[in-house]
Amino acid sequence: MASAISAQGLEKTYGELRAVDGLSFDVEEGTIFAFLGPNGAGKTTTVEILEGLRRATAGEVKVLGLDPWKQADALHHRIGVIPQEFRFFDKTTPREAIEYYATLFDKKADADELLRKVELTEKAESYFDTLSGGQKQKLGLALALVNDPPLLFLDEPTSGLDPHARRAIWEVIKEAKRGGRTVFLTTHYLEEAELLAERVAIINHGKIIAEGSPEEIIREHGTADRLVLEGPPALADHLAKTLGLPVHRENGKVVIEMSDKRDVARALEEADRSGLGWTSVSTARDSLEDVFVRLVGRMEEGVVRSGR
Amino acid sequence: MNARRTYADFKVFSRSYLRNKVALFFTLFFPVLLILLFGEIVTSSNTTVDLTVQNLDGNTNVSAQFLAALNHTGVLSLSFVPPSAGNLSKYMAAHDLTAGLVIPAGFSQAYLQKKVVSLVLYTDPGSPSTTGVVQGAVGGVVNYFNLNASGAHPIVQVTGEDVGSQVYTYLDYLTPGLIGFSILTSPMFSMVNIIAEYKKERIFKQISLTPLTKAEWLTSKILWYFILTFIAAFIIMGVSYGVFNSHVTLTLLALPFLFVGPLLFVALGMIAGAVAKTPESAAVIGNLITFPMMFLAGTFFPVQSFNPSLQAVAHVLPLYYVIDGMNNAMILHNTGQALFDLAVTSVIAVIFFIIAILVFPWREE
Ligand SMILES: Nc1ncnc2c1ncn2[C@@H]1O[C@H](COP(=O)(O)OP(=O)(O)OP(=O)(O)O)[C@@H](O)[C@H]1O
Ligand SMILES: [Mg+2]
Repeated sequence: MASAISAQGLEKTYGELRAVDGLSFDVEEGTIFAFLGPNGAGKTTTVEILEGLRRATAGEVKVLGLDPWKQADALHHRIGVIPQEFRFFDKTTPREAIEYYATLFDKKADADELLRKVELTEKAESYFDTLSGGQKQKLGLALALVNDPPLLFLDEPTSGLDPHARRAIWEVIKEAKRGGRTVFLTTHYLEEAELLAERVAIINHGKIIAEGSPEEIIREHGTADRLVLEGPPALADHLAKTLGLPVHRENGKVVIEMSDKRDVARALEEADRSGLGWTSVSTARDSLEDVFVRLVGRMEEGVVRSGR
Repeated sequence: MNARRTYADFKVFSRSYLRNKVALFFTLFFPVLLILLFGEIVTSSNTTVDLTVQNLDGNTNVSAQFLAALNHTGVLSLSFVPPSAGNLSKYMAAHDLTAGLVIPAGFSQAYLQKKVVSLVLYTDPGSPSTTGVVQGAVGGVVNYFNLNASGAHPIVQVTGEDVGSQVYTYLDYLTPGLIGFSILTSPMFSMVNIIAEYKKERIFKQISLTPLTKAEWLTSKILWYFILTFIAAFIIMGVSYGVFNSHVTLTLLALPFLFVGPLLFVALGMIAGAVAKTPESAAVIGNLITFPMMFLAGTFFPVQSFNPSLQAVAHVLPLYYVIDGMNNAMILHNTGQALFDLAVTSVIAVIFFIIAILVFPWREE
C-alpha cells in the first residue's frame, strides 16, 4: 500500500536544542498512526513540519506526495488539522466557524451533521470564548473535517476531555478511518494509542525509541508473560529450583516469568507436587503503558549517565 | 485574491467586531464625545464677561446712555450694586467678583460741562482674559464719549465682524481633525492587539491551514475599517454640522481620504503587531506610533498654530497628510494641495501594505 506520509532523517533544531533528531517513519494510507511521547519529546514540532507550518532543518518529507513546506497551499486543501490547544475567534459560534471554513475551502458542509458528529449541537450558537476546553477541542475536530480531507493530523485531540467526550472523539476518529482516511495522532494516553492505532511510534528527545504495532512493541520491549500464584514464600524457592525460570515475590505473590505458554502447566504441576499449597492463579503481561514508562525511564537514566 | 474567501473572512471579522461592545464604543462614540467636548469648550469661551457697576451719579441721562453703550458692546453683562453697598472694591472682594466699574457722582454734569471726570475700573489681575475684555470694552465706549464730547467724528471704523465665525473656524478644522483621529485610532488600537493576540493564540497558524491568503485576510480587515471610517466620519460631520453649525462640506475630493486613510493605518497596525514578540510589547509599540500622531498631526490643534520645529515633526507623520488633505478638500477647497496630500498618503499606504504582507507572521520560520 502507498505511503500517506514518509519521513527520512527529519531534523529540527532550535539553537542548541535538537527538538526533532533524525526521525524516519512511514504512515500507510488508510491507517491510524500514533506518536507517543512525554512532554517536550518533539511531537508537535514533527506534526507541524508535516503540516507545512514549520520548516525542517534537515531531512526528507513527503506528505500525500507533496513537500509540506514548499507545496503548503496544495497540501492544505487535502489535510485536516487539530492543533494542540485549538483556539478560534472569541466572538464566533461553532456554526459560523464551520460555515466560514466551508466557504474558505469552497466545500458544501452540513454544519448540523458535523456538529452532531462531535456532539456539539447544543453549543452551535454559543460564542467560542464561552465554550469549555473539551467543547473547543470538539469544534477543532469538526473544522478539521470540513474539507473532507484524506489525511487528518490530530495533535492531542483528547487532552483534557472527560471520558465520555473522549469516547465521542474516538468514535469520530474510527469512523474517519472506516471512510478510508489516514490519521496521524499524537497522544499521552497509551490506551488511546492501543485502542485506535495500527502503528505506534514512541518518541523521546526527538528520537523514535520504539516503533510497530502495539502488540509488536509490547512483545519486543515488554517483559515476558507472567504467571502469578498466591502461596507461601517457600513456594517461590521451590519453583525457582525446579522450573529453571526466573521467579520472584511481589506483593506477597509468587511471580514466574514464563518463556513458553506450556510453562503454565509445568509450573502448576510443580506447585501441586511441592505440597506447599497455593490459592489463586492469574497471568499478567505488560501493557503499552508499562513499556512506555520503562523505555522512557531507561532513556532518561541513560541521558543522565552520559551527561556526567 | 479571491472575493468569496475575502467576503467570508469579512463576515466573521465584522460580526466579532460588532459583538465587542467596547471596541464599537471607541470607534463610533469616542470621536463624538471628543467633538462635543471640544465644541463645548470653544463655544463656551464665547460667552460675555460679567461687569459689576456702581452708579453714584443717580438716574442721569448721560450715565444711562453710557451704560446703554456698554451693554451694546455685546461682550459685557452688567449687574448693579446700589451706592449703599459702600466701597465697590471691598464689595467685589467679599462677593468674589472680577470686574467692577464705579460711575462717580456728578459724572453727567461734568460730561455736559466738558470737565475731566474719572471712572474707576476695578479688575482682577488674576483673570487677565476678563480684564482684557473689560478694559477693551469700557475703553472703547469711553473713547466714543470723548470724541462725541469734542464734536469730532471717528475716522477709523471697525465694521462689525461676528466673533462667532472665528469660533466656528476652529470647529471647522476640528471636524477633519477628528475624522483623522478616528481613521488613526480605530485600526491602530484594535489591529495591533488582534495581530499580537492571534499570534500568541496561534490563530494565524490555524488560518494558514486554510486556503485564505494573507492578502485576503488583510483586505477583509481594510474593508471593515472603510465601513467604520465612513460611519464615524458621517457621525462626526453630523454632530459638527448639526450641533455646532460648522462649515464643512463633504466634497468628492474628501472621499478618497476615507479609503486610503484606513488602508494606511490597518497596514501600519499590522506591521506594529507583527514585529512585536508579545501582546504587551505590541501595545507599547502601537502607542509609540499612535500617540504622537494623535496630538501632532492636526487632530485637535491646527498644525499652523505650532512652532516651526513641531511643524517639522508633524510633516513626517502620515496622518498629517490625511488631515491636511481633508482640510484642503472640505474647508479650504484647495484642490491642488488636496491632490498632493492624496498622492503622499496613497504612496505611504501602498508601501505599508506591502511591508505588512511581507512581515506578517503566517507560519513559523
Ligand atoms: N519555537 C520554538 N523555539 C524553541 N524551542 C522550541 C520551539 N518549539 C518547540 N521547542 C522545543 O522543542 C522541544 C519539543 O517541543 P514539542 O512542542 O514538539 O513537544 P511535544 O512533544 O509536542 O510536547 P507536549 O507533549 O508537551 O505537547 C521542546 O523542548 C520545546 O521546548
Ligand atoms: Mg505537543
